[in-house]
Amino acid sequence: MATLARLQARSSTVGNQYYFRNSVVDPFRKKENDAAVKIQSWFRGCQVRAYIRHLNRIVTIIQKWWRSFLGRKQYQLTVQVAYYTMMMNLYNAMAVRIQRRWRGYRVRKYLFNYYYLKEYLKVVSETNDAIRKALEEFAEMKEREEKKANLEREEKKRDYQARKMHYLLSTKQIPGIYNSPFRKEPDPWELQLQKAKPLTHRRPKVKQKDSTSLTDWLACTSTRSFPRSEILPPINRKQCQGPFRDITEVLEQRYRPLEPTLRVAEPIDELKLAREELRREEWLQNVNDNMFLPFSSYHKNEKYIPSMHLSSKYGPVSYKEQFRSENPKKWICNKDFQTVLPSFELFSKYGKLYSKAGQIV
Amino acid sequence: MHLLTVDLWIPNGQAGVMSLLRTLLLDVVPTIQQTAALALGRLANYNDDLAEAVVKCDILPQLVYSLAEQNRFYKKAAAFVLRAVGKHSPQLAQAIVDCGALDTLVICLEDFDPGVKEAAAWALRYIARHNAELSQAVVDAGAVPLLVLCIQEPEIALKRIAASALSDIAKHSPELAQTVVDAGAVAHLAQMILNPDAKLKHQILSALSQVSKHSVDLAEMVVEAEIFPVVLTCLKDKDEYVKKNASTLIREIAKHTPELSQLVVNAGGVAAVIDCIGSCKGNTRLPGIMMLGYVAAHSENLAMAVIISKGVPQLSVCLSEEPEDHIKAAAAWALGQIGRHTPEHARAVAVTNTLPVLLSLYMSTESSEDLQVKSKKAIKNILQKCTYLPALEPFLYDAPPNILKHVVGQFSKVLPHDSKARRLFVTSGGLKKVQEIKAEPGSLLQEYINSINSCYPEEIVRYYSPGYSDTLLQRVDSYQPLNN
Repeated sequence: MATLARLQARSSTVGNQYYFRNSVVDPFRKKENDAAVKIQSWFRGCQVRAYIRHLNRIVTIIQKWWRSFLGRKQYQLTVQVAYYTMMMNLYNAMAVRIQRRWRGYRVRKYLFNYYYLKEYLKVVSETNDAIRKALEEFAEMKEREEKKANLEREEKKRDYQARKMHYLLSTKQIPGIYNSPFRKEPDPWELQLQKAKPLTHRRPKVKQKDSTSLTDWLACTSTRSFPRSEILPPINRKQCQGPFRDITEVLEQRYRPLEPTLRVAEPIDELKLAREELRREEWLQNVNDNMFLPFSSYHKNEKYIPSMHLSSKYGPVSYKEQFRSENPKKWICNKDFQTVLPSFELFSKYGKLYSKAGQIV
Repeated sequence: MHLLTVDLWIPNGQAGVMSLLRTLLLDVVPTIQQTAALALGRLANYNDDLAEAVVKCDILPQLVYSLAEQNRFYKKAAAFVLRAVGKHSPQLAQAIVDCGALDTLVICLEDFDPGVKEAAAWALRYIARHNAELSQAVVDAGAVPLLVLCIQEPEIALKRIAASALSDIAKHSPELAQTVVDAGAVAHLAQMILNPDAKLKHQILSALSQVSKHSVDLAEMVVEAEIFPVVLTCLKDKDEYVKKNASTLIREIAKHTPELSQLVVNAGGVAAVIDCIGSCKGNTRLPGIMMLGYVAAHSENLAMAVIISKGVPQLSVCLSEEPEDHIKAAAAWALGQIGRHTPEHARAVAVTNTLPVLLSLYMSTESSEDLQVKSKKAIKNILQKCTYLPALEPFLYDAPPNILKHVVGQFSKVLPHDSKARRLFVTSGGLKKVQEIKAEPGSLLQEYINSINSCYPEEIVRYYSPGYSDTLLQRVDSYQPLNN
């Protein structure tokens, strides 16, 4: 009870006392904290510095070794280069020695030798003369060739002129302009004209269509490919022993000509060719190439005016343009259709089989 | 469309035409594209302002792009445009290189059609012609081996263009010439010298001379391709340019070393060149004259070889009859090189009476400075070795003092030893002239005069000294006759 009373009596001051006791330490706390921080930072600094020093030492060692390695490599290269230079210098010096001796020898033997020099100059002048002659011959030859070419060109031109002017040749009745009766002898052009062939204008060349005939295919059965000897066998030759076939039969079989089927033997556009041939034959019989015009006013290009029943507001349709064969615009590709009538093989094997079926007995 | 192919003169401000043509280049129809390209080419060909306009309107990238994929007519037309633009100036050619045209042109060189190859090679030639960087760019694009292949094609026009392209590439520097040689061009070029076509020969000879002019090794390589004596036949060709290029080639070979000159002399080249000089006129002679000078300059034996091939009369003819100063200067230089070696050589030159001609060229005020310098040097060189006195005597009369010194010096060297010459000197009036020369006492001229005077007895010297007749007359005046 007493303690409680004592405590209660002190209770008002306990708070203050508690506060003041704690706050006395506060200024020292900060100071002590700062001191501790300082000590710690210093220590850490020393640690790090020691570590860095250690690292530096190690790095120095590494760098030292690496640089020494590089230096040794470089040194090797330098030594090689120096060696090479030395050798080249030596070779050059030796070469200079050889050249010196040789040049001295040459100069003494050839250059300063008066007679040799005279000989040399004589040879040079002879060469010069030879070259001059050769060059002159060459120039002459070229000139001759050129003159010849010119002459030939002139000749050709004159010939062409004469051929073009062939109509000026004189006939028996009419003397031509170069063969005037008042002259003693005809002009040289007259003789040229007589010699010349009349010039016809170049006709457009008809392209030869290469027609491959069937016999071109059969190289292997032609007589070329089975070589026979030039010399015929002797007449009274003894027959070779053995079951040999008759030679004529063999040759007949070997050189039997091709018997193509009907389908192969005819060209595929045979209808067209036949039509053209027919047309050509008919054309031969023509007296006049112009088409026979039935009505007197056919050639006058008057436009036909249809009757009212037949005319429409769209105009008369051209009859020709309906048909593909007359109207190129209706073609699918750039050529018209071909009429192809292949033959059929109904009777191709007639009489060529072994069986005697169907033959007249 | 065909209106565009008419060659109109279009004034500079018509950039509208360029943009029109540019849009037409992108047209769908290939014929229109080709014709547009052709029109552009003709415009650019006419004038370099128009070519610049073509470059400014950005037409080149489009052309280069479509060059790679179109048909051969378009390729020909596009290559024509590139050629027409590139020929005017280095800047335009650089513009072409910058838009990447070189690779496509090199691809065109591999095309099958010879017309395309010819157009591409022509364009490359005009690009490479301007300077060394552009040639290097052309070489870096790999054009040289393809050009060597083009030379072997059968079409003559293609051969011509390829040879001229190689010539224009090789002319700038030794490295480029080495590249051309490394591609094996020299052997093919040497084979084609025999071709009868004149323009082709002219290009081939030009190519070989451009290659051989740079260094001794290249010249030796050209010689090893066995061009002698075939090249000498080209000296007899009718075409002037072929002759000029052939003598240029021989000159470029002979100028490097005495051994190469010796080779040329041994093959009879000197005689051929002298004949060629005789048959030409004007600038065509110049390389031949220079070649003789180079050959004679190397050594005295070669100079003697030139003399015995009758080179000196020909050179003196050139000297007197050519109107142009630079040719005269070259002839004077060549004569100086021939005559400067020994008294024999100088005599050979002096005998043909060229020394007065040289003197007159030196003295005349119309000759250019170069000519004067060269003729003075030639006279000096020849005079220092000349012992042929009849040729020297005219010099006593009309030479200027600096030359007179040498002339008198020569006389003073020769006269003490030759009595016949002394007599001739007196009778021809030379001694009299020498006495009339006024020289400062103590100068070299005076020494020479003294040495000449010492060759003759006192009385003769006094007899010929100027004013002697006056002194004699004075003596007559002062003489009193003895009688009466």
